[in-house]
Amino acid sequence: MTWFSTPADASDRLHEAGYLADATTATTSYLAGALEKPLLIEGPAGVGKTELAKAVARATGADLVRLQCYEGLDEARALYEWNYKKQLLRIQATSSQDDQDWAATHDDIFAEEFLLTRPLLTAIRRETPTVLLIDEVDKTDVEVEGLLLEVLSDFQVTIPELGTIEATRRPYVVLTSNASRELSEAVKRRCLYLHLDYPDAEREREIVASQVPDLDDKVTGQLVATIARLRELELKKAPSIAESVDWARTLVALEIGDLDDKAITDTLGVILKHSSDQARAVKELRLGR
Amino acid sequence: MTDPAAARSGLLDRHIAFLEALRGAGLSVSLAEDLDAVAALTSVEWTDRSIVHDVYAATLVKRQAQRPTFDALFDLYFPRLVGGGVAEAQRAETEGSEGDGSPVRDNAAALEAFREALAEALEQGDEQRLQELAAEMVGRFGAMPGRGPGLSSWSAYTALQRVAPSQLIERIVAALLGEGLTEEEAERSAGRRVGAFTATVEADARRRIAEEKGAEHVANVALRPSIDRIDFTSARKADLEEMRREIYPLARRLAARLTKEHHAKRRGPLDFRHTVRASMSTGGVPIATHHRPKRPHRTELVVLCDVSGSVANFAQFTLLLVFAMRESFQKVRAFTFIDHVHEVTHHFKPGADVVDVMSDLAASTAHAALWGRTNYGRALTKFVEEHSDAIGSKTSLLILGDARSNYSDLAADVLKEMAGTVRHAWWLNPEHRRHWGTGDSAAPAYGDIVDMVECRNLTQLAEFVHDLAL
Repeated sequence: MTWFSTPADASDRLHEAGYLADATTATTSYLAGALEKPLLIEGPAGVGKTELAKAVARATGADLVRLQCYEGLDEARALYEWNYKKQLLRIQATSSQDDQDWAATHDDIFAEEFLLTRPLLTAIRRETPTVLLIDEVDKTDVEVEGLLLEVLSDFQVTIPELGTIEATRRPYVVLTSNASRELSEAVKRRCLYLHLDYPDAEREREIVASQVPDLDDKVTGQLVATIARLRELELKKAPSIAESVDWARTLVALEIGDLDDKAITDTLGVILKHSSDQARAVKELRLGR
Repeated sequence: MTDPAAARSGLLDRHIAFLEALRGAGLSVSLAEDLDAVAALTSVEWTDRSIVHDVYAATLVKRQAQRPTFDALFDLYFPRLVGGGVAEAQRAETEGSEGDGSPVRDNAAALEAFREALAEALEQGDEQRLQELAAEMVGRFGAMPGRGPGLSSWSAYTALQRVAPSQLIERIVAALLGEGLTEEEAERSAGRRVGAFTATVEADARRRIAEEKGAEHVANVALRPSIDRIDFTSARKADLEEMRREIYPLARRLAARLTKEHHAKRRGPLDFRHTVRASMSTGGVPIATHHRPKRPHRTELVVLCDVSGSVANFAQFTLLLVFAMRESFQKVRAFTFIDHVHEVTHHFKPGADVVDVMSDLAASTAHAALWGRTNYGRALTKFVEEHSDAIGSKTSLLILGDARSNYSDLAADVLKEMAGTVRHAWWLNPEHRRHWGTGDSAAPAYGDIVDMVECRNLTQLAEFVHDLAL
């Protein structure tokens, strides 16, 4: 199966799945499918990195397998593990019968039945189209990156007791990163790279309108303009798309029909999460508290 | 791509030349990525230039900081149009009837007409039209005819001076006000549009020159390095702002890296007592060893910065970065000097706003100067006189400056004394190593007393701060 037939097709189908992709995102998503290469997405928090993976899954009717990375993630959590409790039970059960010798038991307990597959192995073994999302890959230790290399380049996993398991159907792999640390060259080399940034005003308007259809057109325009203005300031954390959408929802919930200075000041906490950022915004936008 | 026809068409040559240029500009493009790019290109249609651009970007550029360099090089090797394009040919047809034979007309009337068209396009914010106008502007007003083929050139500077788009700002503001924007918004977007247009004109001039002299030539001379490799001393205002935005992410990355590395060697010396006690449960066999937790070592830091004009930027960045990472240090105190010493620690409140801190720092520069001429000897002497309590056997001393002391007394023995008191002393010099000791630079003299480190750009600065905090 091909994931998308052309970049334009990728754009359309992602749109249908509720994700408004710009031309670069659509082209890169198409390439990741066409070349069967993993896609590494970087960008500030809340610009829709994880959402893109979910949208690809929705658009292509594939299932999503997600591996959330964190510090201390290891092979047993990412790849596979032997279910040793069950193995122990098995050994006890056979030794009481006395009619089976050790060699047979040994072969027995390292069988499929006792294997606990974790996300990476699950994604590789699936017969149906699968999107594998490896989220926040920058949070892991360097050792896990080494583990990913075999999976990402050859789509295979070697289990000493069972042999090498190859992907029957290559999953569509998406890695996301907040760039809190630089990934190794080896991982980057194997991936296509996409940097998602804050969208331009036009696209942001469409996104907010599609996510929060209840919001008045005029207010949406005001909201997008204010957000764009805030991003130009030197803030510790500029508001991202997720925050725009949250803000739009807040305005709907509070039934605010006009985004004037007072309304902005009252709801500033939704979009700016540092007190120094809020103080700067009040000063620069001349909100006059 | 082994098809001989493809090789003859020069497509592959151009592709390889482009990759060479990227490597020359500091991007690490491997052979595997090269092959990926070719494979990716064969899987898309080439009808749209932007698709080719995106394909190259996705397969070759794996670091966002390198993106501007990539974009500029792509414009050179795969230009948007050749020469003046179709538009110029059409213009030549309509204007050619006047019979002067020259395809482009350059006189006062043309300049006036052009400015009119430009103002209109800027008012409407029509990207496509602005692109065309930029190409026309360079071709018409920026041409510097040479004596022979290959000698003519194009100058964005001349074109911009003559057309002077910045003088159109007022007109654009007026037009935008008419559309119902507030004055502040109108001014901002007018400024942005003119700025974007200026950049377009500069890029177009580069494209024209590249056509004449070959892309390699322009790539070598006209491209700026990526933001983390720009020298502090040669950065432009826009670069400085961009660098300032980089400080916090950089500090966060450094802190994350430090925590990881601290974790990796967290195990302290063997705790014998605990190990023996624990071995009781296994019949006296010490199966698992226990270790004392390692006491986290944190450096107490005293930063002494030269804030005279020549190195002020460098000092500001270093101070910002050091204070952004204050959790990694026990205590940080900062002093600025020109020929007098002034403490600035209190400006760096936790969670303080970067812009405020910068303006406070700039305002406090006046306190650091008596006569305004850099004098390292005097500053060091004053520091020991007034703030000798700041340095002790636990502190690390960091001096920032270019060691250019206007041929005054160096007070080397004062520095020697300071270096003897503290745990370690470093001197960060923002000048290239080859300039040390030239002119009034006292770098070799001071370098004999304390370790002098070259620190010209963000990358070197980050590397140094990381090693310092470790």
